[in-house]
Amino acid sequence: MSALSMRTRRIVKNRAFLALCLLSTSVTILILALLIMSIMLQGSHFLFNSEAINAVFAHGELSQLTKVIRWEFLTNFASRFPQKAGIYAAVIGSIWVCAICALLALPLGIGTAIYLEEFAPKNRLTALIDFNIRNLAGVPSIVYGILGLTAFTRMFGFFGSDKNSALSFGPEDAWWHIQLPFGQGLLAGGLTLMLVVLPIVIISSREALRAVPASLRQASLAIGATPWQTASFITLPAAIPSILTGAILAMSRAMGEAAPLLVLGIPVFIANTPDNLTDNFTVLPFQIFNWAGRPQESFHQLAASAIVVLLVVLICFNGVAVYLRHKLRRPMA
Amino acid sequence: MPDTQPTLSKPATAAPATSSAQPSGEKITIRAHDFNAWYGAYHALQNITLNIPSQRVTSLIGPSGCGKSTFLRWINRMNDLVPNARAQGTLQLDQDDVLERNFDVVELRRRVGMVFQKPNPFPKSIYENIAFGPRLHKRFQRSDLDALVEQSLRAAAIWDEVKDRLHNSALGLSGGQQQRLCIARAIAVGPEVLLMDEPCSALDPRSTASVEALIRELRQTFTIVVVTHNMQQAARVSDLTAFFFEGKLIEAGATDGIFTNPKNKQTEDYVTGRFG
Amino acid sequence: MSALSVKAASNAVALTRRGVTRSNRTRDGWEFMIRGLLGCTALISIAITAGIIMILLRETIAFIQLPEIHLTDFLFGTTWSPLLGAEKHFGIWPLVCGTFLVSMVAAATAIPLGLITAVYLSEYATVSKRALLKPVIEILAGVPTVVYGFFALLVITPALQSACNFLFGAPIFSGYNAGAAGIAVGIMILPIVASLSEDAMQSVPRSLREGAYALGSTKFDVSVKVVTPAALSGVMASCFLAITRAIGETMVVALAAGGLAHMTLNPADQVQTMTAYMVQIFLGDAPAFGVENLSSYAVAMVLFLLTLMLSIIGNILLNRFREVYE
Repeated sequence: MSALSMRTRRIVKNRAFLALCLLSTSVTILILALLIMSIMLQGSHFLFNSEAINAVFAHGELSQLTKVIRWEFLTNFASRFPQKAGIYAAVIGSIWVCAICALLALPLGIGTAIYLEEFAPKNRLTALIDFNIRNLAGVPSIVYGILGLTAFTRMFGFFGSDKNSALSFGPEDAWWHIQLPFGQGLLAGGLTLMLVVLPIVIISSREALRAVPASLRQASLAIGATPWQTASFITLPAAIPSILTGAILAMSRAMGEAAPLLVLGIPVFIANTPDNLTDNFTVLPFQIFNWAGRPQESFHQLAASAIVVLLVVLICFNGVAVYLRHKLRRPMA
Repeated sequence: MPDTQPTLSKPATAAPATSSAQPSGEKITIRAHDFNAWYGAYHALQNITLNIPSQRVTSLIGPSGCGKSTFLRWINRMNDLVPNARAQGTLQLDQDDVLERNFDVVELRRRVGMVFQKPNPFPKSIYENIAFGPRLHKRFQRSDLDALVEQSLRAAAIWDEVKDRLHNSALGLSGGQQQRLCIARAIAVGPEVLLMDEPCSALDPRSTASVEALIRELRQTFTIVVVTHNMQQAARVSDLTAFFFEGKLIEAGATDGIFTNPKNKQTEDYVTGRFG
Repeated sequence: MSALSVKAASNAVALTRRGVTRSNRTRDGWEFMIRGLLGCTALISIAITAGIIMILLRETIAFIQLPEIHLTDFLFGTTWSPLLGAEKHFGIWPLVCGTFLVSMVAAATAIPLGLITAVYLSEYATVSKRALLKPVIEILAGVPTVVYGFFALLVITPALQSACNFLFGAPIFSGYNAGAAGIAVGIMILPIVASLSEDAMQSVPRSLREGAYALGSTKFDVSVKVVTPAALSGVMASCFLAITRAIGETMVVALAAGGLAHMTLNPADQVQTMTAYMVQIFLGDAPAFGVENLSSYAVAMVLFLLTLMLSIIGNILLNRFREVYE
């Protein structure tokens, strides 16, 4: 083979590979577009009011603008009749459970990350903890559901059955009324989701702390700051934008999880919002799962509408994360 | 400018009384005796015996990897941060044994300030950079703290350049200014000793000149130990010089003597530029 | 200037004495307490693992001690029919087979696409192309799994059916099938493969690339013959970690793969995975201590061990890769 044809072959190979790259990336983008489009198409029926859309866009009646969205989908409870069904309980439940999850997972996760990055001696126990956390991140979320079911919903059976609680604290109508065991209540849900996202929070916070230049830590220690003073005054403030970004991504994971809560046995239909920390609840992904699993077309459309709402919430979350990443990121050294 | 001869210069400050415990009349601040250091199995420093006198500039010179920085980083125990670094022998600050297992390293580092190779200001305001250290150790009245920040910045000869933007980020300063800020930050906690690990290696010649001038000034208040790979710098700033080679202390004495009349062949080869 | 500097230095030293010294004992006390507290939070992760293992072990032992269960049947049996009245069989293999089938379809979707995307992002893409593609991958990673389930059931399955109708004149794919679920899971794990592999390729030192270019290599030569082999253990780790996620994926298979546990490797058939079986039991109000309920714990144990093993292999590969380049 002549030198020239060798060269041509190599150039052709290079071009062909680039074409393959472009093809596969366009497939990826196409998939995303298809996903979004199919859901928007199916979801629009219950999300939007076709008469109002017609009035606004065809006849220019701007007074109808607020009626374009079918608000009753957001404010109604779930129902057997698709026209009356809404996601109010699921949205409120998702907010509550994610808030509880964040309040538990963030302090614990960031605390663990600080310990491992700033304090932990390099010994076997530390290596074990590190290894354990990395592998916990790979444990299926449904397995965390089983831990949550035993440890939080039933509390190992110490306080009687979960249907019939043995102990309770606080007045019945106070939001902080708690009964033991937690049953299918908000606390059980929040704690279980905490188990799922804790490894993610720890790993992303550790990476954020590790990105803080060692020279800053040394500067602080060299003027006689203790390790904790160094961590709290120097390292943590420098790392907080990336830590928050990771935390928000972890919370969007919690917001989209259905499997572990399903294992706890949270109810499908619920006609009230939770009154206290151990009151029953449902969440948006579980509601979607239920609707999508039904045979009737209308329920599929309901599921798609709920997916649109869920995705909008998640896109807002991610938008905040992107904003934090770009705006809060200051030079560190 | 003060003289380079250690015997001729007098401490200008009244604050620390000079003890006359030493026969020579010089107070010894840092005393190493049979000091050995390892990184894992690597024997980085071997049987170092060296006295560093009070209120002088002592420079540690030698080729890369000779152990001079290791020695410096044991004086304030920064080597504690290096996994499997360990040391044996005697290393004393005044009369206190620095290597003692439960020696209060935090207090040690308050007494022994350090300036690093690359300027490392905190990503905070200029004021906060200086005030950070003092506030860790003591409770100050606002007016005292303001005065302390000003005097520290003045001592580091940077006050005039930054007095109008004390609350701006320290990262906006030039490299030379940042390094002087780091010196001011070290001064502000009221140390007895200042350790400087190649403080000019990341600076341009003009900034280097200003930092060197500053080092010569500050020895009247502090005991200063400078690690440098630049022999001219050692000759310019220091009263005493110690030459390290392959983990051993080859020769130490008055800077003039080391550079003009070295007793050891290796020292002579190094200072005359035949190797290193 | 010189005299001023000296004066200021001694002033500064004098001023530092005016503060009220903070107690060393208080400081050390705080330090000790905080260190202990943070150490305890770090131990929680160990407690979680211990909790999972303890619970799964206890219930699994209870399961295999039931009179109607034989350990050998469970480990080697090829019939899984726990809900069929009198003829109950608990052989784990059909569930493992279903899980395997879905995961393989997922891997076949995600690994080629993910790797090519990673090479493209790391070696070829311009800044503007990256700015387009990176968010797409991040969005794919952020979509909840239940949404992929919906997608598999109501978009991919009909698409596969009409494609087969067009090509072969019959839908071939049943309404619930392993193929559609696998493809959806593949799309879900694609970001894991792409971003972890890209990280690995990015940490291959520049000097290696420059050396290859200096010898007259094309971009293709550099990407495929230099960078990818150098990043191989990182790339493999990304595949292992992605497959771990695929095996543990629940909502997609619960919605789209079906509920019939049998031994098949045909992606057009419906299958039941381990996770889908657990969903079936936990949704179906099975009595808390019945044989079906206990069997779900035994299945969970197998699932946990399987994913743990894969994740350990993935992390070991990742560690090895980091030791070389970081």
